[in-house]
Amino acid sequence: MNSRSSLRTKLIASPYIVWSVLFIVAPLIFVVYYSFTDASGAFTFENIEALGKYTPTFLRSIWFGIEATIICLIIAFPLAYIISQKTEKVQRTLVMLVMLPMWMSFLIRTYSWMALLQDTGIINSFLGKFGIDPIHMINTEGAVILGMVYNFLPYMIMPIYSVMAKLDHSMVEACQDLGGNRLTVIRKCIIPMSMPGIVSGITMVFVPSVSTFYISQKLGGGSFDLIGDVIERQFQQSYNYNLGASLSLVLMVLILICMAVMNRFSGDEEGMVI
Amino acid sequence: MKIASKAYAALVFIFLYAPIIVMIVFSFNSSSSTSVLSGFSLQWYKVLLEDEATLRALYNTLILAVSSSVIATVLGTAAAVGIDKFKKGIPRSGIMAVTNIPMMNPEIVTGISMMLLFVFVGRLVNIDAVLGFGTLLIAHVTFNLPYVILTVLPKLRQTDRNLAEAAQDLGCKPASAFFKVVLPSIMPGIITGMIMAFTLSLDDFIISYFTGGPGFQTLPIAIFSMTKKRVKPDMYALSALIFVSILLLLILYNIAQQKSEEKSKKK
Repeated sequence: MNSRSSLRTKLIASPYIVWSVLFIVAPLIFVVYYSFTDASGAFTFENIEALGKYTPTFLRSIWFGIEATIICLIIAFPLAYIISQKTEKVQRTLVMLVMLPMWMSFLIRTYSWMALLQDTGIINSFLGKFGIDPIHMINTEGAVILGMVYNFLPYMIMPIYSVMAKLDHSMVEACQDLGGNRLTVIRKCIIPMSMPGIVSGITMVFVPSVSTFYISQKLGGGSFDLIGDVIERQFQQSYNYNLGASLSLVLMVLILICMAVMNRFSGDEEGMVI
Repeated sequence: MKIASKAYAALVFIFLYAPIIVMIVFSFNSSSSTSVLSGFSLQWYKVLLEDEATLRALYNTLILAVSSSVIATVLGTAAAVGIDKFKKGIPRSGIMAVTNIPMMNPEIVTGISMMLLFVFVGRLVNIDAVLGFGTLLIAHVTFNLPYVILTVLPKLRQTDRNLAEAAQDLGCKPASAFFKVVLPSIMPGIITGMIMAFTLSLDDFIISYFTGGPGFQTLPIAIFSMTKKRVKPDMYALSALIFVSILLLLILYNIAQQKSEEKSKKK
């Protein structure tokens, strides 16, 4: 194709480029702008200095995020493998079953867990029928982690499964032929080959877990403030946009660093593993 | 081993569906409790269908999802066609990096960053209640765009470039060569992208929470304000209805897909 018509085709992308500058790049500049100004618009470091107070919250968010991500990985990896071993028709049904809960409002699903976990809730009244004393579950760290794992588990299963479904089976067989037992085959062959799926699953679970605000309020009962909760309050209750912006800036930078580290493990830059 | 793996899969699926089953069962509860069953009734479905605010929110959500996914699909497909022409280099990787931002950024950051922009511009032009349908539409189109672009781009890469040239050699104008040759071959990607955009927009809470206003309430926002108080089973009834309709849609989609695969096999 000659270069003139190629240039014309490139121009088709220009509305999108304008859109992305206006609504993706500019808002991020505003986050930086609000972080370094006060309510009257004057330059200040106050918001950045105020961040020190929130270090424990940041650390807790990261820690909860790591815990939820690891648990998701442990649950998802075997399941993805099991699904990928089924016939094509069964695979399609199971994948649908994994994705279906994602289309329900996560607010309602989280609320439904409240009903399950409460001291007088469904699980405890069920246990009570067998004479077991009620277990205190709601408003604990475990309940918050459970909420995260529950909500984001499909994001871990899907990418790992889609890599495993495309795995070259002759490679796995070669590995077995070379005398690998089941564990060796999984460790030396299946895990390395499904690495791109694992990496994208980890980021897809870690990012929403670190930044969540609803789950911790509902299942943690307010005693496990996460960074998302603090940001939400700045914008919806105390209307301190400047502090909220600086908290978001730090959250964003933290996550970018995590992504950069993760991306060193995977090569694909375009296209999604879904 | 086989039994163990089946049992494992069953356990995970029980975990995934436990709260959904609880929700459906309690939507038929005859009292307003969400933890003690006292009998069967359809009263919560009746309450739901008579609740105008919720129906209004449902209507708003559908309007927003349809309009934002259509706009995102048109803009995104055009963008993908243009981006595909860029050779590997700084402009292309720059555009791709910006495209990835809404997908990589935590939703709360995407939400508040756009809110800051809207509020700032609103102050400049002296509009007090700037947050509403317009800002929600912009926000939804923005977070839908990457998904459309990233599902269309791989399809374009699979398309044989010579096809469009051949069509032009046979006397087609570039535009009609695109609509007659390229567009049909990337159609599956466009449709997948549009469905994805639609469902994302339907389900979005976090970004809408920051970029929307009291004048235009979507369903997730309405659900959120209800879960602040005690949830009554009418919310469960609503979710059960949504669940069943999504299930039906998915089954239909799968049947359609299977049929089209069988057709292409016969060819």
